Amino acid sequence: MRHIAIGLEGSANKLGIGIVAHDDVTGKVEILSNIRHTHITPPGTGFLPRDTAAHHREHVLPVLENALREARITIKDINVICFTKGPGMGAPLASVAIVARTLSLLWDKPLVGVNHCIGHIEMGREITGAENPVVLYVSGGNTQVIAYAEKRYRIFGETLDIAVGNCLDRFARVLNLSNDPSPGYNIEQAAKSGKTFIELPYTVKGMDVSFSGILSYIEMIAQDQLASGECTPEDLCFSLQETIFAMLVETTERAMAHIGSKEVLIVGGVGCNLRLQEMMMQMVGQRGGKVFATDERFCIDNGIMIAHAGLLAFRTGFTTKLEESFCTQRFRTDEVYVSWRD
Amino acid sequence: MIDNGVLIKQGAEARIYIAPFLTRKAIVKERFSKSYRHPILDKKLTARRVTQEARCLYKCRRSGLDTPVVYFVDTENSTIYMEYVEGKTVKDILQEQSDDDEETSRLKNEEIANNIGIALANMHAADVIHGDLTTSNLLCRDLTGSLVVIDFGLSYVSILPEDKAVDLYVLERTFTSTHPNSETMFAPILEIYTKKYKDSGPVISKLEEVRLRGRKRSMVG
Repeated sequence: MRHIAIGLEGSANKLGIGIVAHDDVTGKVEILSNIRHTHITPPGTGFLPRDTAAHHREHVLPVLENALREARITIKDINVICFTKGPGMGAPLASVAIVARTLSLLWDKPLVGVNHCIGHIEMGREITGAENPVVLYVSGGNTQVIAYAEKRYRIFGETLDIAVGNCLDRFARVLNLSNDPSPGYNIEQAAKSGKTFIELPYTVKGMDVSFSGILSYIEMIAQDQLASGECTPEDLCFSLQETIFAMLVETTERAMAHIGSKEVLIVGGVGCNLRLQEMMMQMVGQRGGKVFATDERFCIDNGIMIAHAGLLAFRTGFTTKLEESFCTQRFRTDEVYVSWRD
Repeated sequence: MIDNGVLIKQGAEARIYIAPFLTRKAIVKERFSKSYRHPILDKKLTARRVTQEARCLYKCRRSGLDTPVVYFVDTENSTIYMEYVEGKTVKDILQEQSDDDEETSRLKNEEIANNIGIALANMHAADVIHGDLTTSNLLCRDLTGSLVVIDFGLSYVSILPEDKAVDLYVLERTFTSTHPNSETMFAPILEIYTKKYKDSGPVISKLEEVRLRGRKRSMVG
């Protein structure tokens, strides 16, 4: 039998709607459509919850129409409506959830609330075919090293303060880099022409990492040393990437050594960074393992991953009642019972 | 490569060999450079960690904690030679337990928890922070049953309750993430630790705080 799910995602500045089909005879997963619209703010600024929610409200219906048109399906074909329950920014989450609830009532279809992080993990596993990897989930709002054990994705290490993507985004603002397509992408490009390595704090605490001190420090030296010409913005981008990615690769390696896994899966927006992927491959290569990563279509927030993870749960009998379809900004990866894995 | 060495483990930080050292069987821990790290950063981290590790091992041993004896430190080659301990890791012991009956494993767990609690109390009383307290870094000596703390690769000296609390928290998380069936073992460890370590008060209250960190925790209740 063919099961079809539509997924709505809007936990940060990306609004995404995707439609996915699972075939339970062949086990095949087919992506029918994956539409995204991003709220991009001027250089030097970040995205605010209120404006981001307004962006999502403005664009959700056209994005929905596009997704349905591209998938060439009718409403009747859809089995379930999935939406991001959290974690994320409150207002953007709520603005998208209300659309999911409305569709559920209008079309008389069941709802499934999905944990955003689980969406990333399941999508990454599906696209890359990684079986039981250590997952490095790195984005603007999350930084976690995760491994699956006994029906839960367990968090081995995480950030103690800001997420790695947030550190990069905020440093991009200091340098006035463009937010199009994303601040992290522009830092990555600038870093390629960086020459001098500037020593920054290196903060690994047990299995956890911390970025806020590094950000304060580099903001400070950016002010002094850029003005005096001691270094270039490119050097700073280069040094920042080298330092924080080394921290991430180190904690990932420790998790691999601890659980005895040979696979690493990188998911989340920062996961598209080719330098991070390269460093990870060097580490994993030394251990004789394999790195799995996806490109921007699946790394960056999207509706497909919500549809996919939601459908996995739905097929094991999980649904979210209308009265429980609220959103939550705090929703940890390890709170979700993973009924669909052994 | 280590002369006459047999590679037994490639850890995250170092290669571990068994090799003869003078007349004894020794563990040789050679930190290797990480090609993914920028050379400047790599050199700084490696050098810092070798000396720190040797110092912390020695400091713990001197204050009565059972740790491998340091034989020789070769800073040029980032290598430490130390005693070979015959024993099993707590991780393996816990994972093999499914064969035991309930009562046997309960008694075993009780003893292990007791030993871990005492060891951590001694270590923290000496102001050594381990930095990577997992069940793979705790051994039970075959001969005496004594609990040996190994791998001081990320350890450092600190008097702050904060650092000691993070140390305990890392261990607590290992129990929840790797040994979901032995989660209950952490409470007795903490109990013994509190009893044996006279300055544990501030550490325990800090631990409460540390547990609340991490992002996206549910704040209900």
